[in-house]
Amino acid sequence: MSRIIDKTAAELAADIREGRLTSVEVTTAFLDRIAAVDVTIKAFLHVDRDGALATAAEVDAAVAAGQELGPLAGVPVAVKDVVVTKGLPTTAASKILEGWIPPYDATITERIKAAKMPILGKTNMDEFAMGSSTEYSAFGKTLNPWDTGRIPGGSGGGSAAAVAAKMAPLAIGTDTGGSIRQPGAVTGTFGAKPTYGSNSRFGLIAFSSSLDTPGPVARNALDAALLHEVISGYDPRDSTAIDAPVPPVVAAAKAGANGDLSGLKLGVVKEFAEGADAAEPGVIAAYEAGVEQLVKLGAEIVEVSCPSFSYALPTYYLIAPSEASSNLARYDGVRYGLRAGDDGQHSLEEVMSLTREAGFGPEVKRRIILGTYALSAGYVDAFYGKAQLVRTLIKQDFEKAFEQVDAIISPTTPFIAFKFGERTGDPYQMYLADLYTIPTNLYGGPGVSVPVGLSEGMPVGLQVMGPVMGDDITYRVAAALESTQDTLLADTAPEISTDLRFAALNEDGK
Amino acid sequence: MTKLNDYDKAVETYEPVLGLETHIELDTKTKMFCGCSTAFGAEPNTQTCPVCLALPGALPVANKAAVEATIKIGLALNCHIAEWTRFARKNYFYPDMPKNFQTSQYEEPLCENGYVDVVVDGKDHRIEIERVHLEEDTGKTLHVGGATGRIHGATESLVDYNRAGIPLVEIVTKPVPGTGALAPEVARAYVAELRDIVRSLGVSDVRMEQGSLRCDVNLSLNKPGDEWGTRTETKNVNSLRSVERAVRFEVRRQSALLDAGEKIIQETRHFHEGDGTTSPGRSKEEATDYRYFPEPDLAVMEPSREWVEELRASLPEPPRQRRERLQAAWSLGDKEMQSVVNADAVDLIEATVAAGATPSGAVKWWLGELSRRANESGEELGALAITPAQVAELQGMVDDGRLNDKLARQVIDGVLAGEGSPADVAAERGLEVVSDTGALEAAVDEAIAANPAVADKIRGGTHAAAGVLIGAVMKATKGQADAGTVRQIILDKLS
Amino acid sequence: MSTISREEVAHLARLARLEVTDDELDAFAGQLDVILESMKTLAEVNTDGVQPTSHAVPLVNVFREDQPQPSLPRDAVLAGGPDTAEDRFRVPRILDEEA
Ligand SMILES: [Mg+2]
Ligand SMILES: [Zn+2]
Repeated sequence: MSRIIDKTAAELAADIREGRLTSVEVTTAFLDRIAAVDVTIKAFLHVDRDGALATAAEVDAAVAAGQELGPLAGVPVAVKDVVVTKGLPTTAASKILEGWIPPYDATITERIKAAKMPILGKTNMDEFAMGSSTEYSAFGKTLNPWDTGRIPGGSGGGSAAAVAAKMAPLAIGTDTGGSIRQPGAVTGTFGAKPTYGSNSRFGLIAFSSSLDTPGPVARNALDAALLHEVISGYDPRDSTAIDAPVPPVVAAAKAGANGDLSGLKLGVVKEFAEGADAAEPGVIAAYEAGVEQLVKLGAEIVEVSCPSFSYALPTYYLIAPSEASSNLARYDGVRYGLRAGDDGQHSLEEVMSLTREAGFGPEVKRRIILGTYALSAGYVDAFYGKAQLVRTLIKQDFEKAFEQVDAIISPTTPFIAFKFGERTGDPYQMYLADLYTIPTNLYGGPGVSVPVGLSEGMPVGLQVMGPVMGDDITYRVAAALESTQDTLLADTAPEISTDLRFAALNEDGK
Repeated sequence: MTKLNDYDKAVETYEPVLGLETHIELDTKTKMFCGCSTAFGAEPNTQTCPVCLALPGALPVANKAAVEATIKIGLALNCHIAEWTRFARKNYFYPDMPKNFQTSQYEEPLCENGYVDVVVDGKDHRIEIERVHLEEDTGKTLHVGGATGRIHGATESLVDYNRAGIPLVEIVTKPVPGTGALAPEVARAYVAELRDIVRSLGVSDVRMEQGSLRCDVNLSLNKPGDEWGTRTETKNVNSLRSVERAVRFEVRRQSALLDAGEKIIQETRHFHEGDGTTSPGRSKEEATDYRYFPEPDLAVMEPSREWVEELRASLPEPPRQRRERLQAAWSLGDKEMQSVVNADAVDLIEATVAAGATPSGAVKWWLGELSRRANESGEELGALAITPAQVAELQGMVDDGRLNDKLARQVIDGVLAGEGSPADVAAERGLEVVSDTGALEAAVDEAIAANPAVADKIRGGTHAAAGVLIGAVMKATKGQADAGTVRQIILDKLS
Repeated sequence: MSTISREEVAHLARLARLEVTDDELDAFAGQLDVILESMKTLAEVNTDGVQPTSHAVPLVNVFREDQPQPSLPRDAVLAGGPDTAEDRFRVPRILDEEA
């Protein structure tokens, strides 16, 4: 008999709607799972058992009363701690926000609540979403359910690990340079970065304003698509939101599940292939096996040239820290959050500096200093200004490619989940994790990561990138690839030991 | 002690170059980037929200009315309105600025390259406008523990963010050379003209005393034929008189330094209302680096030409043109009109005339008695607790013979004290010209009886002597008689 | 050759109101160097005649009508504050701006 936690979100929603399960039963099953395995995985920073069960009970009452309910009503969700939730602690995994209880909801939180989805809790992440391993959380690292000696990816490692370990059927992530897709790839889960502006950033703790995009994390394309439609759509409170209908991703995921991609042209980026030595051979092998499957489904593979992609990484590492250095200036210990050094001796200026010194971790400081440098007088044109111009070239590469192909595919990451501490000493080695995901963020288009196979026993993801507001095509291709897998990769994750001694051993013996 | 030159001597040797930077708070209903109210005087921190408190995750959305108001100001100042313009972040830390950056404009202001003409000493001066841009105000900080409520010596400060995020328009002039000795007056006239223009547009109440118009004054000196000198920037000069004084003081101070062979330091200075002096700000160990960059949370603006022309068509008559029209209508000479303008009484007189007073009557009250009262209490004329309609009513009572000037002044006392309309005050205080001829005749008879010698003189044809009897009657009636009527009664009785 | 000196990192940290330790200064100076070297490759890209991109879909004239919306209740505003007094946010003495 299949456990509740093994079911997909779509199955759970149908079970609840049709009275085979109550939302309280479903929500309780996931809360119990969290209680059992999160002592090992540490995906959650905060669990809201009472709040989740209260929403679940409301749904059950509504079902009993025969009310019309949304497609995911009663299905619980985990939310990355970078999304503001009224009354629930929200820290962006930073000491500087420890204990802050927001007085308002993000737009996507409002939409989750309106969809009657119980919020299980807030998931761990790299501090202010800066990182690719969740090692930069101020509240401890999250472990990869596939191998607890390895990183779960980042910055959304908590959301990915929660879904991979079946502590939540669905989760919210945010993607600035790959923070949904890369954790998805290394934990064997499905992650989607929607088109920038197709959903609201209002209430998303800002990292890089022109890149940040919230999106769904799930075990498969259809579940992700259902959540995608719940959280997406125009919001007048976000000046950068696109006032247009949400692309029909649920229909696309269902169409893709038929396994027919005939007539579809998929681009492979020449420059990625030429730079393949940056990637591990095992990752390339798993990815190429996936490409073969896509060809079998009828897709035609076309090589496209995107010469400016080679500048994506430096472009990103100018734009994101520049915007972040300004976005994070508000954390000064005056209106909320931590205050340090207020002992009657120090001036406000000193207290601000001491607060920021005590409240920010090393990666955040590094990026603030980098961004401050890039924006400082005399450099802004050469750095931030130049990066915005190169961004145009990258966008033009995408636009030219999409004249020839329907979607572009690549590995999601150059390497499988690495071991803890392996890349923290050298920031540049860490930044390479986002090599394949960053171009899409700079362009603004959609990208999904779908599990494609294993390398060294660890999951590998295949990325599908689409044109701006063409999110549906990415889901269709991903769902088609899933149709070639007898068992979804997400369902083959090793069972997690709930033996705490074992967990501690793994953590220490990394 | 700061060495100062005599002003007249200073401007014989040096030519001043002016520059003015003015910030005007718009009176939109809501803030620049959020829906919080901008109403003045609310309880601290009751007009704040996630956006204007810069809570994590909050995002700005620009207020269309503020953009329109800025374009109107730009048009009224003869500026070019940008086809493409955007907001920028100005990054620096300050506790009354919640985001620790100000959303402002940098290389692409909404309006550019305009001018304003002002008349000083009968001469036209053109002040060129470099830019008009849109930004947001900061919160307000209360300094506690210092002796004076100033930041100096305070042990802690308390911040109220109600004002944070109110739309602010910044208007920057190009350097203004060639004013010579008139620099202080030109600076004042420019700020006054700017204020009148903005007020006429109805986009701000431009109250300097409430801080909705704030001024920074730049000044440098150079010898004729030399390059422009190093300028100082005097911050927060917040009345017309202070603008004039700040310029005058800097001319005297800088010229003394230059005479002594010293260099002017480019610096920010503070103006002191009390003694009209300026003093240097804290010398910064390093130059401020604002790290401007385009605001990624806001879309660019492309004001369509149709929109701009619509706004241009909605502009009211320019204040200068209006003044010329009113001067003719009121039959005032240049000097008199100038006094009206200086007293800030154009609107008041216009409204008083509209309420039925004669122009000469309206001018008389506002420039005379009411200006005197305003001076005494240190208020602006328009802030007096009397309305133009009340002044018109008062003048009507004088014209009808119900009040004489002396009684009218007492009625003004009552109106200013909040006792009601002129008619109310006159009734309540019993201030009415005695028109009961029976009572007057009795008073005259009494006066004649008490002054037989004077009466004889009048009988003898010396009519000028009537003044003594009139005085006695006025005294007896406590001033409530009409002097002309009394005189007539006396002459009738004694001829 | 080093692009960014220890002193420069210290200056940037002051601008960004970060009190950094000596160890951090050394570490950051070295690490930033590597990153900045990579960024310098952008200088070689020809961007003549190229317009800047900031968002996926270019958006213009996104405005809000001037309609008041409810503000937060003051209790909620002040609840997050590390220190409040007289319904305001209390901060330590601000460095004197007037000499
Ligand atoms: Mg300004
Ligand atoms: Zn607000």
